Amino acid sequence: MPVTLTHYLVLSAILFAIGLFGALAKRNVVGILMSIELMFNAVNIALVAFSRYLPVPPANQVAHGLNGQIFALFIITVAAAEAAVALAILLAIYRQRRTVSVEDINLMKW
Amino acid sequence: MPAYLWLVPVLPVIGLILIIVSGRYRPRWSGYLAVAAIGLSFLLAFLALGELIGQGTAGTVSRVETFDWFRVGSISLQLGLIFDPLAAAMLVLVAFISLVVQIYSLGYMAGDPGYTRYFAFMCIFTAAMLGLVLAPNFLQLYIFWELVGLSSYLLIGFWYERPAAAAAAVKAFVTTRLGDLGLLTGILILYSRTGSFDFSQIAAAVRAGNLGTGLLTLAMLLVFLGAVGKSAQFPLHVWLPDAMEGPTPVSALIHAATMVAAGVYLIARTFPLFAASAAAMQVVAWIGGFTALFAATQGLVMTDIKRVLAYSTISQLGYMMLGLGAASLAAGMFHLITHAFFKALLFLAAGAVIHQLGGEQNLLAMGGLFRRMPVTALTFLCGALALAAIPPFSGFWSKDEVIAAVERSGNLALTLLALATSALTAFYIFRAWFLAFLGQPRGALPAGWGRDHAPGHGPGTHRPDAGEASPVLVAPLVILAVLAVGAGLVGSPLFGGAFAAFITGSAEVSPGLDPGLAFLSTAISLVGILLAWAYYGAGWLSAEATARAVRPVYILLVKRYYLDDLYAWLVRRVLLGLSSLLAWFDRQIIDGAVNGLAWLCYAVFGWALTRLQTGRTPSYALGFVVGVVVIVLVAIVFPPAR
Repeated sequence: MPVTLTHYLVLSAILFAIGLFGALAKRNVVGILMSIELMFNAVNIALVAFSRYLPVPPANQVAHGLNGQIFALFIITVAAAEAAVALAILLAIYRQRRTVSVEDINLMKW
Repeated sequence: MPAYLWLVPVLPVIGLILIIVSGRYRPRWSGYLAVAAIGLSFLLAFLALGELIGQGTAGTVSRVETFDWFRVGSISLQLGLIFDPLAAAMLVLVAFISLVVQIYSLGYMAGDPGYTRYFAFMCIFTAAMLGLVLAPNFLQLYIFWELVGLSSYLLIGFWYERPAAAAAAVKAFVTTRLGDLGLLTGILILYSRTGSFDFSQIAAAVRAGNLGTGLLTLAMLLVFLGAVGKSAQFPLHVWLPDAMEGPTPVSALIHAATMVAAGVYLIARTFPLFAASAAAMQVVAWIGGFTALFAATQGLVMTDIKRVLAYSTISQLGYMMLGLGAASLAAGMFHLITHAFFKALLFLAAGAVIHQLGGEQNLLAMGGLFRRMPVTALTFLCGALALAAIPPFSGFWSKDEVIAAVERSGNLALTLLALATSALTAFYIFRAWFLAFLGQPRGALPAGWGRDHAPGHGPGTHRPDAGEASPVLVAPLVILAVLAVGAGLVGSPLFGGAFAAFITGSAEVSPGLDPGLAFLSTAISLVGILLAWAYYGAGWLSAEATARAVRPVYILLVKRYYLDDLYAWLVRRVLLGLSSLLAWFDRQIIDGAVNGLAWLCYAVFGWALTRLQTGRTPSYALGFVVGVVVIVLVAIVFPPAR
């Protein structure tokens, strides 16, 4: 059975859904961050798969149809930066409040 | 139309600019600059008039030249010049009176700290009036009309450090503003119905019957309200006596040629429109006739020489309105012109007296001045005789033409009113002359009676040894005296009513004087003079005894019919009361509604929405996800158009 675009997209959707569930349901902020990383990577899989399987439209000839893969590289970079910032904030919060549970971090209200 | 005509109003503006530029370094120059600018302006106006007369009947056609000021959509507003006999005559008159007043001011205002400012204001005043005379449409007329109002405000309040002067300036401005509101409304009504500001186009539209009679009457009454304010007619006349707080040459200019003449000129300029509405003409005539008598009665009891003249001006303006209202454009304009000469003369002569007496304006403190200042006394006498309409002085010809016009219009009541006013006029002006120039010097009155007219002339500087004023003050008096005596001849039957033919542009109109009526009015005036002599010259009758005998009337007159008090009461109680009511409504109801709405948003909806903000990050993230899902679903159900 050949592996088609649909297989990759189903994998991507499953990974995204797992990440989304983790991000909404986890109490530990570190877990939430990891779930978010999972969602990023689900998107990366979809992008690379599109880049590999779809015909290259005329407007994309300049980039030799590599747009999707370049996007994935950018997302990895941004995700790394985001993780660094998020962990730094988390560390600061932990030093203040001695907790990493979202249930106890409820400053963002009126 | 002469090519140089536009220079006539522009020259005083150039003078003004030069005065502003040079004033700081060469304050002495400003007076000469003003005289030079207005002198040139007068010369050009005179040339233009000569050209018009030289053209004969061809010159009487009204010429208009305009250019687009600006366009907004289909509306095009125009500026330009109008030139016809009416404008030409008025132009020469205004420029001439202004020139004489400027020359006089060189002497009168010498040494005043505001010397430069004075001549700068005078230049604006003259320019504004000249521009008003040349305006070919309502819009331009209204612009200059307001400029005249502004400059009169500046000049009446020239000695602004005196509270009375500042108050008088504000009073003049606000009172005339009431009339201006009417004028503006009238102009806008005419514009909304005819689509034009141009005098001739509106007149054509009225002739074609594009305006209903009722609406036309309303519009013309509103325009007349503007003239009532500017020309100090009842009931908006109250600003004019107070305007005496300005320097005397300013009073001369305001009363003779500029400010108050603007209202009469407005009626004359829009005369075809007024002529189309019989009701409006009736109102003009009645207001004029009533004002003439009403103001003359107050002139009887004033002790301030300038106030006597002020009431006389209101009264004479009433005559002009009466003449116009009696459908005689020529009579009204003729009286305007002769009045300009003799009233300017009277004011300047009074100014010379005040100047020489160190600021004394109270008639009761004068007396016996004939021996010390004979030229001033004689020129004042010329003006007084002209005002009293004694033949052959100029006032006789014009006033009797007015009375004859009223009599021809068949209104007996107004004719009698005008004749009665003649007697009062003669009485009050000769009362002033006898009190000031005959008898014995009565000397300074206790402090508080007289008014010091200029800084530097403090109270108590009354100089009983004052002599004749300097030549620069006396020369204008002599020139004006000649004109006050002779100017009436151009309109007299001796010359076949040349003025009436000129101003109306038709040869056959000149019914001239009614000899019987002229005789009657002269006799009435002579009675008035005799009475004045009996009271104040010979002393056969005692003014004090008469005043005691009719004390209620006397008090009423001295209190100026309590009109000022009535207006003050109206403003303080009614207007301010209403205003405070409205202020309460504004603060409590209007602001209350706005503030209440804000409170409702804040307290009710705000409270409900804050409940949504739990502070729990996962619930925010859930909201975020739900939002994205909804957007995606919407995009799928309603795919964006390609």
